[in-house]
Amino acid sequence: MEISIDLTMAGLFTPFVAAMFAPLLVKRLGANAAWPLALVPAFLFGHYALMLGEVSQNEIITGGVQWIPTLGVNFSWLIDGLSLTFAMLITGIGALIIIYSGAYLKDHEYLGRFLAFILLFMGAMQGLVLSDSFLMLFVFWELTSIASFLLIGFDHKNEAARRAALQALLVTGLGGLSLLAGLIVVWNITGVREMSLLLATGETLRESPFYLLAFILVLGGAFTKSAQFPLHFWLPNAMEAPTPVSAYLHSATMVKAGVYLLMRLNPVMGDTVPWETILPVFGTLTLAIGSLLAVRQTDLKLMLAYTTVASLGLLVLLVGIGTEKAISAAVLYLIAHCLFKGALFMVAGAIDHEAGTRDITKLGGLRKAMPITFAAAFIAALSMGSLFPLYGFIAKEEIYYALSALWPVYGWVLIIAILANALMFGVAFGIGLKPFLGAEIKTPKFAHDGPIGLLIGPMVLALAGLVAGLFWATSHFYFANPTASAVSGDVVMITTGIVPKLNVAFALSLLTIALGMLAYWKLDMLRIAMARIVTTFGWEPDRGFDQFMSGAITVSVALTKATQSGRFERYMTITFILLACTLLLPMTFAGELPAWPAFPVARYYDWVMVLIAAVGILAVVLTRDRLTAIVSLGIQGFAVAIIYLLYGAPDVSLTQFMVETLSVVILALVMTKLKLTIEDHRPNREKSIDFAIAAAVGIGFMLLLFKVLEGRLDLVLPQFFEEFSYAVAHGRNIVNVILVDFRGVDTLGEIGVVMVAGLAILALIGIRALRGDTAISEGKQL
Amino acid sequence: MQTLIFRTTAPYICALMILFSIFVCLRGHNEPGGGFIGGLIAASAFAVFGISNGVIAVRKSIVIHPMAIAGFGLLFGVCTCVASLFFEQPFFTGQWLFVDAFGVTVALSTPMFFDIGVYFVVVGTMTTIALALEEDSH
Repeated sequence: MEISIDLTMAGLFTPFVAAMFAPLLVKRLGANAAWPLALVPAFLFGHYALMLGEVSQNEIITGGVQWIPTLGVNFSWLIDGLSLTFAMLITGIGALIIIYSGAYLKDHEYLGRFLAFILLFMGAMQGLVLSDSFLMLFVFWELTSIASFLLIGFDHKNEAARRAALQALLVTGLGGLSLLAGLIVVWNITGVREMSLLLATGETLRESPFYLLAFILVLGGAFTKSAQFPLHFWLPNAMEAPTPVSAYLHSATMVKAGVYLLMRLNPVMGDTVPWETILPVFGTLTLAIGSLLAVRQTDLKLMLAYTTVASLGLLVLLVGIGTEKAISAAVLYLIAHCLFKGALFMVAGAIDHEAGTRDITKLGGLRKAMPITFAAAFIAALSMGSLFPLYGFIAKEEIYYALSALWPVYGWVLIIAILANALMFGVAFGIGLKPFLGAEIKTPKFAHDGPIGLLIGPMVLALAGLVAGLFWATSHFYFANPTASAVSGDVVMITTGIVPKLNVAFALSLLTIALGMLAYWKLDMLRIAMARIVTTFGWEPDRGFDQFMSGAITVSVALTKATQSGRFERYMTITFILLACTLLLPMTFAGELPAWPAFPVARYYDWVMVLIAAVGILAVVLTRDRLTAIVSLGIQGFAVAIIYLLYGAPDVSLTQFMVETLSVVILALVMTKLKLTIEDHRPNREKSIDFAIAAAVGIGFMLLLFKVLEGRLDLVLPQFFEEFSYAVAHGRNIVNVILVDFRGVDTLGEIGVVMVAGLAILALIGIRALRGDTAISEGKQL
Repeated sequence: MQTLIFRTTAPYICALMILFSIFVCLRGHNEPGGGFIGGLIAASAFAVFGISNGVIAVRKSIVIHPMAIAGFGLLFGVCTCVASLFFEQPFFTGQWLFVDAFGVTVALSTPMFFDIGVYFVVVGTMTTIALALEEDSH
């Protein structure tokens, strides 16, 4: 097992490395670069497939390294049925999506960037489902949000795309913070911060008085990511992204992260009253609203997006109900949904790409022009409509079996589920059948089947749904059973197969199909009716988001106006007054003023340097010309640097020299750039106030230094560094060893800050240059 | 400040300063110096070159946008910190390799590479700021 563990570690990083090379590869190979890049997820898929045998015996593979042992933070992973199924869906669909993207964005100038983002997302999503440590889970969780932001806003010149990207980032990012808080609460309750250990804590979490707090906070993460009502609005808006993104992130993988989290926590958090109430209520509500709004759309992608919202609701409600059957149903439907929804999205993209429109009212009779696409679409629609013998059929049987067994407790859920499923049936064939049947309608482009890259993805996923259904015993054995076992915490054997049994569930399936056919037949009528309802209702959560944002902006503008004058002199004055107070007040009131030290004994050349520094300062104070003042400040700085040198601190001295040089250069440049008046024109009254403040700060620092010198120097740290600098860190320059080794993490943070500050300064200079230009108003839109 | 003497000598001064900055950066572990100070020296070199020969000349000669250099430095620095994970040691543990070449023992280590990352961040950021200020508006 040794080798496999190391491969998993490498596998966690591979997509990120591939992402770095994607743009280069595209530059070299053009759109063909998608093929070699698809090998990365394909290999990972193979790596995980080799684990199937072991995991199907309900064994758990864990591994990892200690990351920061002093803080107890590990880089560790956990592979059981649940994470393995997810990992295989992510890498398998990922490979197909990359191939598809290569064809879909063939001549796009930013294809390299796009593939890099997709690989970045894949790495994040893979890390999310494999994470064992809470910290890793959170980091990867947020990384998926960031990747989603980049991908939705890929078409950055389109305002709607920018808005959708920001919206998705804010909603899922806030949810991520809630998740972080939730995980911290869980950690505090149980004392563990690894999933594998948490699953062994039994009843601790459920019996804790803080259970409800942890539960609500975790839900905040899960509901935002998995687009549960009323936070579902970002998902349909995210359809602004190129279609491969919609197929991959916003139907098959990322939006399932919330469901994944709920499934992962089910053994320790589930089976409580809040769990069994809140999840089914919100899930059912989301299911109902998602399916109703799906019917209303004319855009193929939006129809699919709303059915995705509905499906996520269905998954959440099944996990909430939490019986063994319900868990099995959720797992089956999850896998089925990834396959058929991914395929249908890619079909919608192919139609859009080849026919030039994806408006369902403007499409028809494409069966002759796009036969292969039609085949893939039809098979996927069969699975979505849960017809025999597709995998979706088994899933729906199991759902009805689970819900009808609980009659009449969750009766209302069952009724809504039947109606919603019927609507989704209608939508499924509205996409998989309607554009291809009937009279040919002239499309903006001359429609024909796409290139091979556009066909492989939908075809493989659609056929996977068929094969998984036909060989249900095998697929249950390797995927559904281990996953359901991991979710429920007990060994689960799913018995529902492809052969229909004459029971209540089958009767309900037939009823759904009958209603679904009605919905398909009357799709246009339903659409108009729904549109009317939505218009009379007026307000929707998407508008609510805008209202929230404009409210937040109004408040922050008011706050900024109240606290920020925008005048630099004012800021300097306030800063220095506070500094003087901080230095002087505590010393005065605590009675800790230092005694006047003895007159220092120094060498004559030390005095010369002090004299030069004093002359420099005097020049700064006396001159009226600003440029002279800046240069004089440099004289003082150089003199101080030489004093450092004389007292045996060459490092500090060298740095001081460079900093002085650069600050003189930059100050001089800033002065010319800002077109300041050459002369200082402060009135005398203002000058005397400024002088008083400066003197107070100066005296404060002087007293502080005197005070410091009065005490005995604590030599613990210097001794430690002297002792270990060369012995452990192989360096004689202690200052440098501290910077890059002993306290390297500080330095890492600092260079990050340096770079961010640089970016901010660049932006500020840029804004100044553009002031009054139209380009700036474009950047301010929200 | 485009005087003839300054314009002629600046490239030589600049080249010497950059050479010196690399020297200072590399010797930092045992003698005064290091990535931060080295970066500042190199940034001053570019600033001087910019003042004498114009910003466009600097941009042409360094090819890559200075902010990208800074970004590379940060990424490089992070990579050196992560390296120890592959040896099953905690994050940021220094890895040392002593190579004997031409009769001298050369120490290659992740702290040194981290310092080089610091160097690039400082050069990149400071050069960005200096060049942006030196550039005429529009």
